[in-house]
Amino acid sequence: MPDPIYRAAPPDALRVEPLGELTAIFDRRSMQTHLVVSPMPEILEAMVADGCEAVTLAAQLAESFDFDGVDDVQPILAERLSELAAMGLVARA
Amino acid sequence: MRHSIRIAVGPVQFRIGSDWAAPIAALEHLYRGYPQDETRPADATVRLFAARPWRRWVRPSVHIGGDFVVPDALPLPLSMGLLAAEMGMNLQVALGWRRHMLLHASAVAKDGRALIMSGESGSGKSTLAALLGEGDWRLMGDEFTLIEPVSGDALAFPRGVSLKNEAIAAVAARVDAARLGPLMAGTPKGDIRHLIPRADAIAAMHEPARPALLLFPRFGGDAAIEPMGEGEAFVRLTEASTNYVALGEAGFAALTRLVRETPAFGISYPDSVTGIALVEQLWAEAAK
Repeated sequence: MPDPIYRAAPPDALRVEPLGELTAIFDRRSMQTHLVVSPMPEILEAMVADGCEAVTLAAQLAESFDFDGVDDVQPILAERLSELAAMGLVARA
Repeated sequence: MRHSIRIAVGPVQFRIGSDWAAPIAALEHLYRGYPQDETRPADATVRLFAARPWRRWVRPSVHIGGDFVVPDALPLPLSMGLLAAEMGMNLQVALGWRRHMLLHASAVAKDGRALIMSGESGSGKSTLAALLGEGDWRLMGDEFTLIEPVSGDALAFPRGVSLKNEAIAAVAARVDAARLGPLMAGTPKGDIRHLIPRADAIAAMHEPARPALLLFPRFGGDAAIEPMGEGEAFVRLTEASTNYVALGEAGFAALTRLVRETPAFGISYPDSVTGIALVEQLWAEAAK
């Protein structure tokens, strides 16, 4: 099965407020508050509006963080992306 | 309704109607010192009514009505009419108020700065606030604290303090009997007796205070202080707010700001003397 492509929320849809170890995210579309921990805020920040799959994201995040290998990170990112999609914070393209 | 009264508690103007005279007379006693503006329209309405006309006299039982109701709430005997009124007032505010973020928390203030205490029933937040309010603190409220979304200030809701069980004797020993309501024994919440806040606290009820310290008290166990992170304080206060969801982004903004700007601690204490000592210690550090 090909890696699904995810799209970030439109600009201004999310209000992100770091609160120590937690990050509170207010989704203006659903009026819901989400509480997430790392790496969710980093993933959201790295996402681009026109859509990306886990492998692209892994490559992008590898530039900012110390990864041993993009291949190891990709399945983890795929899982986190599907969790973010379940919360409605990203969407399947 | 046959009997009625208007009461202003902090920013909320109540109108309470009753099929019986006794609960209104008890409210008149408790709230006689509160400033009243007869021209202000009511924000919240509470009705204490008999389910059937004859139940005004035969085994009188008080149903609680108003703008918001709990459908399956059991009526209370007339001897607990004051408790019924209090429950009705709390319900209208908890479910209906939108102007401020409402925290299920007690608060006291000193020098224009507020100490906010949030906790479940039985945590002692009400008793601690009542005892501090008899010292050199201004009692802001024993049950609800309102946060102004734009300024971030805390506003008082100094209703009659609801003393429960052991707290009744602890506080009654320190205050003039004229400031106490009737003892209601064996209510669904235990023994209850209301305390009228001090006149200076009532007179200052419209004065906002800047939140300076957030405490999450827990009654029982050894004395302990635990610093609390912003994230945990945020989660706890969303649970302690009755209108967080209804306020949408205004509530989110107010709450993130509150937990960022205000140091927070969990405290455990075995008795109220220790609890007050912990509060004063943390306040001395926070107020620096």
